[in-house]
Amino acid sequence: MLKKIYLLIIVLILPTKVSALIEVDITRGNLNPLPLAVSPLSIDDKSKKSFEKILNKENIGSEISIIVENNLRISGLFNPLSKDAFLQAPDIANLKPRFEDWNLIKAQALITGKVSYYDGKLRVEFRLWDVLAAKEMMALAFTTVPSNWRRVGHIISDKVYERLTGEKGYFDTRIIYVSEEGPKTQRIKKLAIMDQDGFNNKFLTLGNELVLTPRFNPTSQMVTYLSYFKNLPRVYLLDIETGTQEVVGDFPGMTFAPRFSPDGKKIIMSFANDGKSDIYTMDLENRIVERITNHPSIDTSPSYSPDGKYIAFNSDRSGYQQIYVMKSNGRNVKRISFGNGLYGTPVWSPRGDLIAFTKLHKGKFYIGVMRTDGSGERLLTENYYQEAPSWSPNGRVLIFYRETKTNAKGEGFSAKLWSIDLTGYNERLVETPTDASDPSWSSLLSN
Amino acid sequence: MILTKIFKNTLLVLTACLVLTACATKKEVAIEKIQGQMQGDVYTGTDTVEYLADGVPDRVFFATNESILTTASRETLRAQAAWLRKNSNINVVLEGHADERGTREYNLALGERRANAAKDYLMTYGISSDRISVLSYGKERPVDSGSNPLAWSKNRRSVTVKAN
Repeated sequence: MLKKIYLLIIVLILPTKVSALIEVDITRGNLNPLPLAVSPLSIDDKSKKSFEKILNKENIGSEISIIVENNLRISGLFNPLSKDAFLQAPDIANLKPRFEDWNLIKAQALITGKVSYYDGKLRVEFRLWDVLAAKEMMALAFTTVPSNWRRVGHIISDKVYERLTGEKGYFDTRIIYVSEEGPKTQRIKKLAIMDQDGFNNKFLTLGNELVLTPRFNPTSQMVTYLSYFKNLPRVYLLDIETGTQEVVGDFPGMTFAPRFSPDGKKIIMSFANDGKSDIYTMDLENRIVERITNHPSIDTSPSYSPDGKYIAFNSDRSGYQQIYVMKSNGRNVKRISFGNGLYGTPVWSPRGDLIAFTKLHKGKFYIGVMRTDGSGERLLTENYYQEAPSWSPNGRVLIFYRETKTNAKGEGFSAKLWSIDLTGYNERLVETPTDASDPSWSSLLSN
Repeated sequence: MILTKIFKNTLLVLTACLVLTACATKKEVAIEKIQGQMQGDVYTGTDTVEYLADGVPDRVFFATNESILTTASRETLRAQAAWLRKNSNINVVLEGHADERGTREYNLALGERRANAAKDYLMTYGISSDRISVLSYGKERPVDSGSNPLAWSKNRRSVTVKAN
């Protein structure tokens, strides 16, 4: 379904290894985002005309720079300055910036670049400059098919983020989620996928049957989700490139709450039978099903640690919903949530050190994080209803969904995606064409 | 001494009466609004109830986070069992539901547990498990879209639906 995406890094000029002069600390809430200037990428007239014809965009150079600017702004760590204040023309700045000019408008970093049309392809080079030190920090060039132009903007954003923060970015990624429409009592739900910044939204199912909880395979373009196809709620596997799908396993009842193992080779999920829900895995290569928990309680929402050695899950074996951790073979079950209230939806951070969760306490819902032994609980956001956090691939941002109350007339209900930094700062609405829930963040598509 | 004690007791009784009357009047106003609708947080009204046959309600209701059958639920299910025994050609699906105040995945399991509680009860009254299937909708199909305790109580339910 999706065109095979390829991307070549043809020039890779690594900066000489000096300690970076600009540093952005992302471990704390950043109240002073780094001021930087994203100069529109320069473009020659001939290339401009070619892209105008192919992509129907008047100036692809400025379009790409806008992607970079938006990504960096939304991260909350950077403050892209207004282009009105720029003194130097894009083409000249890319050759050799006049650092005094950029210093004057208080830019600490500068991004310049050049776009050209070459042999039917889009070639983009960009440079990151340290304005105060008056030197180049990074220079890269990408060549790809023109239709990949948005991805180039995201990859540049990731490179800049990584160079300035010391950690991988999360911009060249996608979100799979459930699109929602219609009255609350007869909600129509479809699988939908979009770029992390909300562009290229696409529906993957038609809405004929109820679908829930899609999750990305961390290593491929596969998705697992729950579908009520023929009124039989079962876990499905969907290849988003080919559109083929299949039921996972052969269970005589409802399977739900699926997630991939970190190596992408297994699906872990719940199977409900006789009022009990237990956790099972299925190996996608040899189709062998293994039972992981065996308890009269509800065991659900399993999530592997990134090394695959442990599983966090939700169980009410204590009487109420709490979070537990066990070895991946089901042994050594330990309860880790002991605060006031109910805990659900544990999701292990890709960095391995934290577990994100949903908490219900005194009629309010919270998204929070705790260490994997349950210590250091930190609540990031409180609301009337919110749940289902999913980590950005670098483990710095969480995306989740939030619902609003209906009023006495039954109006006012909405479901939207939101994101928040691990620091608890930078809470943002993620725009979607319809109402939305159950977001799942992909891995980085490139590098 | 004794007199004072009696006097004190009378006073106490009097005050108690006053408090009680105050409560009673206050309660009466409230009761009018929710009378017959909820007991604890279990829905006891009939707004949303449909009937499989005369005197055979199609659904039972649950307390928050619970799957225990109330006395009223057991009565409803006995009526359903009697009707099913009489109509031995009819099979049913028990659709379990939860309210919107819980995480989606846990609610799917909870809906299944509620429908199974109803199934088990029907089975103890002689209905074969072959005739009953169970389907959980979690919080996906509320009957009342309200965001208030009464609406939630209507949504915490197991509904018996004819399968054929």
